[in-house]
This record gives sequence, structure tokens and C-alpha cells, in this order.
Amino acid sequence: MAFTSFSEFIAMGGYGFYVWLAYAVSLFSVIALITHSVVTRNKILTQVEQQLQREKRIKAAKNREDSL
Amino acid sequence: MWKWLHPYAKAEQSYALAGKLMPWFLVLTIPSFIIGIVWGLVFAPADYQQGDSFRIIYIHVPAAMMAMAAYSTMAIAAFIGLVWQLRLAEMAVAATAPVGAVYTFIALFTGAAWGKPMWGAWWVWDARLTSELILLFVYMGIIALYNAFSDKVLAGRAASILTLVGVINLPIIHFSVVWWNTLHQGATITKFEQPSIATEMLIPLLIMIFSFATFLGFMILYRFRNELLQREQHRNWVIKLVQAKQRG
Repeated sequence: MAFTSFSEFIAMGGYGFYVWLAYAVSLFSVIALITHSVVTRNKILTQVEQQLQREKRIKAAKNREDSL
Repeated sequence: MWKWLHPYAKAEQSYALAGKLMPWFLVLTIPSFIIGIVWGLVFAPADYQQGDSFRIIYIHVPAAMMAMAAYSTMAIAAFIGLVWQLRLAEMAVAATAPVGAVYTFIALFTGAAWGKPMWGAWWVWDARLTSELILLFVYMGIIALYNAFSDKVLAGRAASILTLVGVINLPIIHFSVVWWNTLHQGATITKFEQPSIATEMLIPLLIMIFSFATFLGFMILYRFRNELLQREQHRNWVIKLVQAKQRG
């Protein structure tokens, strides 16, 4: 192990700010990428679902018209 | 070979295959990431010149390497897509570009955060840094071009052509540290001689490179499935998939 205490680990030999900045921004970017991918997937699936429901409603409305 | 591959040229089978492969990539990514990052941050010895600031290497180098690997993958897919007119390959191009762009951004940002304490500047117009910045712009150009067309067949073709044009940047990035006098250091691992890095620092680095590679694979598959769903949303198989989800 390169560090003897937790505070030493956080300090990173005086380079703490740069090291943690690099790691934090990288982690944030990756999380943003994952979130964007998941949101896109859900959006497409909801879109298809809504389209299906719309078609169902149109069909139902047509049937009602025919029976009048 | 083609006979075996042919079914996968169909959207539905590709979607299923990508879905089957995804968990494997994830299973490889998570443990290697945890092992690599803990080893790199806690157990690897501090550098004799750079102290603990060198620990940025464990994200900087994997991100930079995989940003270029992503571009190569994308270029191969673009070539296949254009030559054999495979729309699936063009979807792979569209799926890879955002992941590559994020990796490039990470490489640039971590490089800046490393450059400030070591070189005294966040940014210098050095050949390696500049060519890497161009890579980011090329990635953004490909994404923008793909999204600019509502006709996705046209969009895929345009993005693929731009991808192939941008390939010229890859050797420039790789050899920039040789061809020009740069502040950025030369190759450490990807050269013919022995890697010029201590073994106890190299092993966690290799683990992190592996982790970034498998994560790249995972994200490409995930976004490839998104592309498939998006483009085939009026097809029967997507509708069935959504209906099955509603019931489940």
C-alpha cells in the first residue's frame, strides 16, 4: 500500500485536487453517457407504446362509427 | 462464413445477439474496473518524479487508447456499411461515435488535470494534444451529421463517409509524439521495445485498459440496440417486443 492513512490518500501527496478532479469528471462523463443511453431506450419504447395505443383508439372509434 | 453470419444481418436477430452478449461485457467490466482502480489508486507505488499525480494515468491512458480503438472499430463498420450496403454496420457507426467522443473528452480532460501540476499549464498547443482535440471534433462532427438528416439511411451513409475521411487523424495522433517535438511524452506501452514503466505500475494500467475496452463494447451494444429500435419502430418485431413488455 502506498499510503499510511486515509487523509494521506485523499491528499495524494499534494496533488489531491488534480487527481480527484480528473477522476470525478471522468466518472461524471461516463454516468452521463449511461444515463443518456438508458433514457433514449426508454423514450423509444414509450414512443412505440403510445403509437400502439393511438392505433387502438382509432380502431375503436372507427368501430363505433360503423355501428351508428 | 457468410451463411453463418447472414441471419445476423437481420435486425431482429442482431438485437437478440447484442442482448445476449451485453451481460458478458458487463461481467468483465465491473470487476476489472474495481480491481484496476483500487490497485492503481492505493497499491501502486508513487512515481519517483511525479509523485501521486501520475495516478491520473489509470484513466488517461485507457481512455485515450480506447478512444482510438473506438474510432478504428467505427471506421471498419463504416467501410463495411458503405461497401456492402449493410445498414446494420451504419447503425454500429452511429452507436460507437458518442462513446468514442466521451472517451476522447475524458482523455483530454484528465490530460489537462495532469498537465497543470506537471507542465504548469492546463493546455498547450502541442501536436499530441491538438490532434486529440481534432479527434473530439471529428467525433462531434459525425454525431451532428448523423442527427442532421431525418432520413436515417442517408444519415448513416453521410456519417460513414465522414468517419472514413477522419481515419487520417489516427496515425497522426499515434505518431505525433515522434514526428514533432512535443511536451507530451512518447509511447510507453505501444512500442516494440520493453514497456518503459515499472511492472507494479503497468499491471493495474493493463487491467484498466481492459476494463475500458469491455465497457466500450458494452456501450456500443447498448446503443446499437437503441439504433435498431429507433429505426425499426414500425416493424412487427419491435411492436411484439413492446407488447410483451406491457404484459410482463
